[in-house]
Amino acid sequence: MSIVMDVRELSVTTRSPTPDILVHPISFSLKAGQPLTLLGETGSGKSLLAQALMGNLPRELQASGQVFVDGVDLLQLPPRQRQRWWGRRMAMLPQEPWHALDPTMAIDQQISEGYRLVAGLSAQQAEETALVDLEQLDLKQVEGYLPSELSGGMAQRAAFAAARTGAATIVIADEPTKGLDNARRDDVVRLLAQAAREQGVLLTITHDIAVARQLSQLGGDIMIVKSGKCMEHGPAHDILDNPASDYGQRLLAADPQSWPAVQHTQRPLPSPIIEAQSVTKTRGGKLLFQDLSLSLSPGEIVGITGPSGCGKSTLGDMLLGLVKPDRGKVCRSNDYSPRRFQKLYQDPPAAFSPYWTMGTLLADLCRLHRIEHRRIPSLLKRLELHPDLLGRRPDAISGGELQRFAILRALLLDPVFLFADEPTSRLDPITQQETIALLVELARERHCALLLVSHDEALVQHSCDRQIALHH
Amino acid sequence: MVRQLSSLLSQRLVQAGLVAWIVGTLTFLLTRSLPGDMAWRIAAGRYGYEQVNAEAAAAVRAEMALDTSPWSAYLHWLGELLSFNLGRSLVSGESVADELAHQLGHSLDLALMAVLIALLFAFPLGIIAGLKPRGIIDRLSLLGAVALRSLPPFVIGLLLIMLFSVSLGWFPAAGHGSGNHLWLPAMALALGLAAVSTRVTRHAMARVAASPYYSFSRTKGLNGWQTLQRHGLRNVGVPVVAYLGVQLIYLIEGVVVIESLFAWPGIGHALVHAVVARDIPMIQGTALVMGLAFVALNTLVDIACMIIDPRRRLA
Amino acid sequence: MMASSSSTERHSRGLPTLTRLGLLRGLSVPFGRLIGLVMLLLLAAFAWLTPHLSTAEPYRQDLMATLLPPGSEHWLGTDHLGRSLLARLADAVRLSMGLALLSVASAAIPGILFGIVAGWRGGWCDRLLSTLADCILALPGLLLVLMLAAIAPGNFWTLYVGIALVLWVEYFRVVRAATQTLAASPQVQASRLLGFGRWYIIRRHLWPELAPQVMTLAAFGAATAILAVSSLGFVSIGLKPPTAELGLMMTELFPYYQEAPWALAQPVIVLFLLVLSFQLLAGSEPK
Repeated sequence: MSIVMDVRELSVTTRSPTPDILVHPISFSLKAGQPLTLLGETGSGKSLLAQALMGNLPRELQASGQVFVDGVDLLQLPPRQRQRWWGRRMAMLPQEPWHALDPTMAIDQQISEGYRLVAGLSAQQAEETALVDLEQLDLKQVEGYLPSELSGGMAQRAAFAAARTGAATIVIADEPTKGLDNARRDDVVRLLAQAAREQGVLLTITHDIAVARQLSQLGGDIMIVKSGKCMEHGPAHDILDNPASDYGQRLLAADPQSWPAVQHTQRPLPSPIIEAQSVTKTRGGKLLFQDLSLSLSPGEIVGITGPSGCGKSTLGDMLLGLVKPDRGKVCRSNDYSPRRFQKLYQDPPAAFSPYWTMGTLLADLCRLHRIEHRRIPSLLKRLELHPDLLGRRPDAISGGELQRFAILRALLLDPVFLFADEPTSRLDPITQQETIALLVELARERHCALLLVSHDEALVQHSCDRQIALHH
Repeated sequence: MVRQLSSLLSQRLVQAGLVAWIVGTLTFLLTRSLPGDMAWRIAAGRYGYEQVNAEAAAAVRAEMALDTSPWSAYLHWLGELLSFNLGRSLVSGESVADELAHQLGHSLDLALMAVLIALLFAFPLGIIAGLKPRGIIDRLSLLGAVALRSLPPFVIGLLLIMLFSVSLGWFPAAGHGSGNHLWLPAMALALGLAAVSTRVTRHAMARVAASPYYSFSRTKGLNGWQTLQRHGLRNVGVPVVAYLGVQLIYLIEGVVVIESLFAWPGIGHALVHAVVARDIPMIQGTALVMGLAFVALNTLVDIACMIIDPRRRLA
Repeated sequence: MMASSSSTERHSRGLPTLTRLGLLRGLSVPFGRLIGLVMLLLLAAFAWLTPHLSTAEPYRQDLMATLLPPGSEHWLGTDHLGRSLLARLADAVRLSMGLALLSVASAAIPGILFGIVAGWRGGWCDRLLSTLADCILALPGLLLVLMLAAIAPGNFWTLYVGIALVLWVEYFRVVRAATQTLAASPQVQASRLLGFGRWYIIRRHLWPELAPQVMTLAAFGAATAILAVSSLGFVSIGLKPPTAELGLMMTELFPYYQEAPWALAQPVIVLFLLVLSFQLLAGSEPK
């Protein structure tokens, strides 16, 4: 198969006298009909690589190495010539479609302008072609709508159409599934596969192992990247089934699909600690759930799954008494103080006041509840947190560590019930696996009931005793 | 769309009612706080000082319910206001409404000219500064904006008079008549407005240029100019026009002092004169019309926002 | 183990109180703010020290020595009535700064308190206070001050009440919006679940968020107050002669600007510096 794009020793550095290397020299080639997937954790320089290939790196960064297409080294071309390639020979599918579409322009115009200004059709032809696109993408009913009126999936489809009006042969997709739930993710992968078939060359950059797995059905290669360095590179199936590098093995093992199964220990459950009795809730005129009953016993781990907006988090908040049910009631065991019912949040930095160090915030908590200060060091050790982190503010602590601080904060109150609301959806796969494993372990060890909400069914299946699926 | 428009208009109508109530109440308090016989003064204003006698004053007193309890006098006062019965000036004896009709036109000329000059100057400059943040134009415009915002409009006016009228002799310093008289007062107001508008435009442009949709338009294949036209200008215009609503306060306050400085025969000038002369019907009339003009201009800004930004037309 | 726990202790107690409350946070960072602060201190030193260093009196007329240029006897010259410009400027700056600080303080305290109450409690309390704020915002602030000034002309206290009445709305609106957002945020929900009370949430969550915004508003508010007083003085509605006030001085000296340009320039420059330093101190631009 012919090589369409040949990348040799491409690196990205800052433009300073002592440049920081953000992407280490990396080489690969893109072949027609063989998609390449770059897989790696967020913040590992993958997006910079895409921008370096495209030629739209931020001004303060520079790319070096060689990128050959048709015998021309793209990096040697002046910026204006590279820009002429955009849309016409190379297309970049946007990360977050809602943000990539102009919020004040109707969706059909954002597609037709490409046909007119990039492909060079007449205004009328351009509009007609755009309408055909909308029809094919099942978007006919939203003609004339603004992006804010579309669902995430619709916006993603429209953005795909807008990106490809110039019929570029090289398509780069940078984190195309960011912020989408499972069903939407499958749609996007279908569109990517279609792009690969129709236009020849596809480079996908993702942190999502499921996306890599689905794309591997088209054949092609996978490259695993960590902090700007290539860890391994090879045919997709080989890598997914038998990763060679240590990091590759850990990354793939961190996919919830591959987690070890839960060991169901059949033991008589103690009496429930918290109970929802046929609760019903509507929000914004939409029925979230009806006559739902649920009870948790100490040490029990229950998962709730469902698409976004289905009321998963509302159910958890209801158990904590943060939301009132429309009908039905929530009963808590009276043997425990309300302070022993705690919550973990989706976005760890949002759960702490950003102005104070961890040490200050924990000291506040100890003072308030007369908790002995010496419990902190042993908990830090248990949660593998370095004591130096106590001196830092939340913005200087990584998401995974911050979530463990949130767990520590809850543990100081000896929780009997913990509601974890998508606690790992903003974390990398490996950190996610570690965090969930730790949570499950601690819940068992301390006889704490854990309610785990997640959009990821595999994750819940592989970590919970019981699972409740909510639907739209 | 119709619903958005009517809810907007009804909100502004409520504001107009509030303006009338506040102005009416304050001027009523003013009548009560003045020394001397109010009825006598009003009668003097109506019929001239020579013709005033106790009878005329008594008639005025009865007509305006001045000798009744404060509450009924207050209600009577507001009633007169609501029926647009603004009375006669105590100084000139002319009907307040007639005088206002003349002055309003002059003030609107001045205010609209100032806004027009400010936008024509600020919008392009802000776009250029915003496309190259931290560039030389950005820094210079920041410096100019900080300096201009530290000068009240009347000082800007003073400086303009000294420069263009006295030193260069290009424009007349004060008065009203030929078109040339409009330039200096309009410029004095426009400079302060433009200083702020330039920075608002600059920030909006920088934000839009850094947005994902702006770079998506480029990678879609539109060139820089096409992207600016199709995705830049409208998105920058939205906050700039919306901020005009905030700047209207500066505009109205500026009109009061600038008209006094340049002896421009508008409402602001009349208001200042009325306050100095304690001409209560004129105070009430001018303050009322300025307040209502403020509401009306705000409504125009709202409508302009709806025209530019399709999101505001959504339900 | 002991070492780590005592270091945490030190961290939570040892820091100076101002930093802990976040009061200095709003001031510390950019260079422009520092310049603004230094300029303000210099102006304040000029205003309060001049009467002690010079024997000139702001109100003593000397019709034999009018419109003198700056010189050894009158350092900054004299005005059209032969009064010392140095003494008058110092008096005017004291008046402007005093009025600005007084009205800003009187506006900020109720504005912040009402804002927190309205944002936190919601309900009728919020509706009442918001309606009150809307009433004030219905008219441009200067018109309101002007009409109040008409009731008691030339009175320092009417000006002060009018300006404070207009200014508190800004604090109210900003604080109310920030409180509303924060009250619904995960960080506050988490603190409540952990058992923390209202004062803790104000101290650890709300105030550090509000402090920089309030500082900016206060600096802008001081600039607004100074501009309003001088504008009213300039159109002869504010304070009355012979008070030394910057706007009023400009009106008085304007007729003589060809004979004595230095005389008119002085109040203009001082007003510019005064407002500029408050703007720099505010350290933010409209966005």
